[in-house]
Amino acid sequence: MKRNLVQKIASVVAAGTLMMGALSGCGASNASVDSNESNATVESTDSSVTAESAGYRTLDEIKESGTINIGVFSDKSPFGYVDENGEYQGYDVYFAERIGKDLGVDINYVSTEAASRIEYLQTGKVDIILANFTVTEERAEEVDFALPYMNVALGVVSHDDNVVTSLDNFPEDEEIIVISGTTAETYLEKNYPNIKLQKYDAYAEAKTAFENRNAIAWANDNTEVIAFAIENEGYEVGIPSLGSADTIAPAVTKGNSSLLDWLNDEIKSIGAENFFHADYEATLLDTYGADYEDTLVVEGGEVK
Amino acid sequence: MDLMGIELLFKGQNFLRILGGLWVSVRISLISVAISIGLGLLVGALMTLRRPVVRAITRVYLEIVRIMPQMVLLFIVYFGTTRAFGIHMEAELAAIIVFVFWGTAEMGDLVRSALISIPKHQYESAKALGLSRAQTYRYIILPQTLRRLLPLSINLITRMIKTTSLVMMVGIVEVLKVTQQIIEANRRTSPNAAFGMFAVVFVIYFLVCWPISMLSKKLEKRWSE
Repeated sequence: MKRNLVQKIASVVAAGTLMMGALSGCGASNASVDSNESNATVESTDSSVTAESAGYRTLDEIKESGTINIGVFSDKSPFGYVDENGEYQGYDVYFAERIGKDLGVDINYVSTEAASRIEYLQTGKVDIILANFTVTEERAEEVDFALPYMNVALGVVSHDDNVVTSLDNFPEDEEIIVISGTTAETYLEKNYPNIKLQKYDAYAEAKTAFENRNAIAWANDNTEVIAFAIENEGYEVGIPSLGSADTIAPAVTKGNSSLLDWLNDEIKSIGAENFFHADYEATLLDTYGADYEDTLVVEGGEVK
Repeated sequence: MDLMGIELLFKGQNFLRILGGLWVSVRISLISVAISIGLGLLVGALMTLRRPVVRAITRVYLEIVRIMPQMVLLFIVYFGTTRAFGIHMEAELAAIIVFVFWGTAEMGDLVRSALISIPKHQYESAKALGLSRAQTYRYIILPQTLRRLLPLSINLITRMIKTTSLVMMVGIVEVLKVTQQIIEANRRTSPNAAFGMFAVVFVIYFLVCWPISMLSKKLEKRWSE
């Protein structure tokens, strides 16, 4: 018994330390919402810390309690943010509102950080994470992802007088700007080793360098480059979707099949009424424009 | 644009939201500081004992607190207790526990150093005057200790107030998080809002911490007379 307690405490300490490593790993200053920190997946699945009593709430338990806890970002406009009246808004929140309505329960929004999303689910402190959560293999071992509701990929933006539309014949004496530590950097280094990269640590530096024409193109998450081209004049996204297409999906605690099945059915059934297109038009249209609606939205859980 | 985002303060409920966030920060830190001071006095007194076991335990405690980042402690208390024991604790309670755990250790060390800095002859003179042990502490040792303790503990208190920004990691929306929310929600319309809004946060933290250090200056002056 005593030994057991010591082990428990040790495992808690170990989990905390690991988590710290994961947190600092994601401190790289990237301005993108998510897909850049897939390496920040919290590694704390040693058998000693399996959630024996942490557990999760089944669909019936959630309905019975009358409240569902949904983890969202509170400072990632336009996906999950809080408006000037203190109300949660955004693409993820629009979907969350629908979930609450169709379940017939109130929603308790929990403000999460990128690095603590998995931990919230594994300890059952939220029922669903709807925080721009990119599906990766590593994460799928820790949590259960439902069907996707959005696409993410890389994109390349250029000055509109010299638009780069393909990387295959990229001029040898030119360079592409990337932010260090992002998926864009890894992808280009791996798949286009001949293209010279200009690396910057922070979003703001990369932006200034690009605006000053230190390079002819800038590669980043496509949501980021699209938003950049729309917010600033004189730029065009020549390659809106590049590399392995990832998806964004709701996640539930591993093993919570009743809630997972319900979510999948929900995504399919509201897909019939083009719910996520309506969601896009209500929340993302201002940022990304109408042209990218079909690039970004996944309807009914089916990735084209 | 020219106002660097300060105008966002007056948009909608933003100002009230910032005050609400500030109240969360101040509440967590005041409760933690109050408990830490009480427990810290006790732990500090324990630290001066010549019992090897007590010394070893307090020493290990202090070292743990010094080595562990507060963020790790916060994750251990908030998520770890759920994983290991299935206890669901309010985020704010978890935050207070962590800050008390930290504050007590640091406060205890300050108390210890203040106590041992009182020269031996103070005790001996008190004894020679016929004061009892309790009287010695009440009239001779404690007043001097408190005087030495004050500047050091003010430093600790302001550090604790500033560190409350960590609690956003466990979902508590405090003043800094509200500011980030405001900046992000207006990213498109006021891209430079970060400068103005963080300036506001600077002023807020200053207004909270400054009176505390003014109070300590005043007390120090009064006690030195």
